[in-house]
Amino acid sequence: MSFDSDLLRFVFGRLTLEAIPYHEPILVATFIAVALGGAALFALITYYKKWGYLWHEWLTSVDHKKIGIMYIILALIMLLRGFSDAVMMRIQQAIAFNGAEGYLPPHHYDQVFTAHGVIMIFFMAMPFVTGLMNLVVPLQIGARDVSFPFLNNFSFWMTAAGAVIIMISLFVGEFARTGWLAYPPLSGADYSAGVGVDYYIWGLQVAGVGTTLSGINLIATILKMRAPGMTMMKMPVFTWTSLCTNVLIVASFPVLTATLALLSLDRYVGTNFFTNDLGGNPMMYVNLIWIWGHPEVYILILPAFGIFSEVVATFCGKRLFGYASMVYATVVITILSYIVWLHHFFTMGSGASVNSFFGITTMIISIPTGAKMFNWLFTMYRGRIRFEVPMLWTIGFMVTFVIGGMTGVLLAVPPADFVLHNSLFLIAHFHNVIIGGVVFGLMAGVVYWFPKAFGFKLDPFWGKMSFWFWLTGFYFAFMPLYVLGLMGVTRRVSQFEDPSLQIWFVIAAFGALLIGIGILSFLIQLFVSFRRRNELLDLTGDPWDGRTLEWATSSPPPDYNFAFTPVVHDHDSWWDMKKRGYERPTEGFLPIHMPKNTGAGIILGGISVVLAFAIIWYIWWLAAVSFIAMLAVAIGHTFNYKRDFYIPVEEVIETENKRTTLLAGQV
Amino acid sequence: MSDTNVQEMEKPEFYLREEHHPEESTMIGFWLYLMSDCLIFAVLFATHAVLGRNYAAGPSPADLFDLQLVAINTAMLLFSSITYGFAMLEMERGRQKSTLVWLAITGVFGAIFIGLELYEFIHLIHEGAGPSRSAFLSSFFTLVGTHGLHVTFGLVWLVTLMVQVSIHGLIPANRRRLMCLSMFWHFLDVVWIGVFSFVYLMGVLG
Repeated sequence: MSFDSDLLRFVFGRLTLEAIPYHEPILVATFIAVALGGAALFALITYYKKWGYLWHEWLTSVDHKKIGIMYIILALIMLLRGFSDAVMMRIQQAIAFNGAEGYLPPHHYDQVFTAHGVIMIFFMAMPFVTGLMNLVVPLQIGARDVSFPFLNNFSFWMTAAGAVIIMISLFVGEFARTGWLAYPPLSGADYSAGVGVDYYIWGLQVAGVGTTLSGINLIATILKMRAPGMTMMKMPVFTWTSLCTNVLIVASFPVLTATLALLSLDRYVGTNFFTNDLGGNPMMYVNLIWIWGHPEVYILILPAFGIFSEVVATFCGKRLFGYASMVYATVVITILSYIVWLHHFFTMGSGASVNSFFGITTMIISIPTGAKMFNWLFTMYRGRIRFEVPMLWTIGFMVTFVIGGMTGVLLAVPPADFVLHNSLFLIAHFHNVIIGGVVFGLMAGVVYWFPKAFGFKLDPFWGKMSFWFWLTGFYFAFMPLYVLGLMGVTRRVSQFEDPSLQIWFVIAAFGALLIGIGILSFLIQLFVSFRRRNELLDLTGDPWDGRTLEWATSSPPPDYNFAFTPVVHDHDSWWDMKKRGYERPTEGFLPIHMPKNTGAGIILGGISVVLAFAIIWYIWWLAAVSFIAMLAVAIGHTFNYKRDFYIPVEEVIETENKRTTLLAGQV
Repeated sequence: MSDTNVQEMEKPEFYLREEHHPEESTMIGFWLYLMSDCLIFAVLFATHAVLGRNYAAGPSPADLFDLQLVAINTAMLLFSSITYGFAMLEMERGRQKSTLVWLAITGVFGAIFIGLELYEFIHLIHEGAGPSRSAFLSSFFTLVGTHGLHVTFGLVWLVTLMVQVSIHGLIPANRRRLMCLSMFWHFLDVVWIGVFSFVYLMGVLG
């Protein structure tokens, strides 16, 4: 008997049947839904014999456009998961009054709010931003791919592997109950003995590898692969904000990696970095994690600022007002974002001088941000504004983000922060800037660049539905939280005593419903547009009368993006080309040098999932095996020297002639 | 400038007719990677600076560190950097065999370094000064151990590259790879100088 249990422990680590939450009806129902959906998808792909296509054209692809699209699909799936968590919290808080306990027990509620934060930041917003940068930046700089195409594929699969690890925690074991930054000592071995925090750590570590490498890749791409003539001050603004974002990624994600590694040593090896005894210091963790965490919010918002800049210039038919000031503002924000981290914990007790320093630096950030706001306004001023869907998102952003920015400045005042710290006012503030800034920006970007990626526009009616429901839903969902925060309600509470608060939570829940309709409208928009794709077709490659190089090629662009590398003379180079009578070359094509697809990325990602799972559940033999396998695959991959090929000139001629015919049919 | 002015200007060349060769990105990419790795070490150094005096009534650096051993160890790593430099010089001259010999010598020095470090670690743990004894020892083992893991990884990489050079010779792809490992190896050397000075020397002084 004892031999059996020893053997079981060796084979399965601490994984037992009890880890499967079959006694939780919500999770069982979710599991059945996911399993049915997965089975249906599997059956469909098999029925239409699409496995080969999926493998050769997508999963192993090193094409930056396809990798970008896969990032965005991942982000949308995770948006649905993160939003479900949000709805669960909103319903719980709306009904758990007057002694009613609601339907989520505290241990489950705590996992839900942790998962919501982790998923929305790391697996919704980050892949979304990285996906758009991947899709757009090489096109905007006139390149054929990124600097390191295989690394790009590998980065995507590491991000996806992280998401899979987090999703497994839903059905095997539990997720962290610590909040999205897992502060010790709560997240230490003493107070969180289960697997929840380990899922958190390894999910983020695996995804973090991908994020860091993709940051390095995009910086190298922007610095080295620009078309001739495109000096730094002629780069499109989105490329500029992408550059700054990736600098922030490379300069901050290693801090997260190291911090989480120290936390995992505390949990696995019994070290004393963040414990309360033997000399450990939990506040060290809080400092370190926010040294990553504050740049992180700018990693998310800067690309959104870039998107709005492109959208405003395009839909106002004007060159962006104050290009240089926009660039400098972006760079200043990049630098300042490193010296404000302490404003996340003014109440730690660093003393008046330290708090003042960080309060002031925080307030200073609003100056370049305000400059950007005025640049967008002045671009619109006397512009010929077309109220297409991306422009609606932009205007919605400008109004909403200013409110969020002002409450941010309010929170930057240390004495005010002592009152509002960890209250719902804070929750309202950061949702105000993340939804009103990042999400609105990403939605604008999706609608704006969708025709470039797929060759047809998105249906405007459902796009407008989505926008208006998101916008009104946001105000209904989060304005009540400002009120509640001012009344002193703290975050992460699952039951309430004071019945007078309930009405505000009900309004907030109603707002979540509206946002839900907004998300649904977006999905309907995708579906309807796909059905009506022949009417919405974009044959020109330039559906919005765009200004930057991505609109110079066809929609969707050929594998090689540009048959001839463009030469840049001015910023808004495509606009410049159109104005000065550019004629598309129709002969003299050459074979094109391109990277080959490879399966190494997805294999390494898959092994990472197994390795992380084994470490989380203490299945040491499996951890050793998968680690060796990972090393073997990685080294084996370096023995492959034949990584590129030439697209034959006949194929280029055929592709380009097709486009010539299409364009001739347009006129 | 306004759009009307632009129209009046003459029409320049808008695309390259010949094949475009963007600049080589590997070196800057690898530099960026090294700097990101440097940040990981920066976090560990900062942690050691904050926690390195928290002995929790346990042993302090003066009780534990054998500076002679560490000095020999440091010499091993510095020698390995020099010999890697010789390997690169031979690579530039296109001499495959002596490149491989110098790489092998580098590997031996690296392996001795790792061996001595492991000996030191085992010795400390035997004396009851393991990583969980105090915050000082946690940060010591983690900082030094992370450096050691990097060197170990570098050794695996070194062997892989030696195999690849013997198969394919000093082709441009292999030269680029040797260059990357060279930067990695010297980077670890620089980090070690920081470890030796701040952790060992100043620790014993403190």
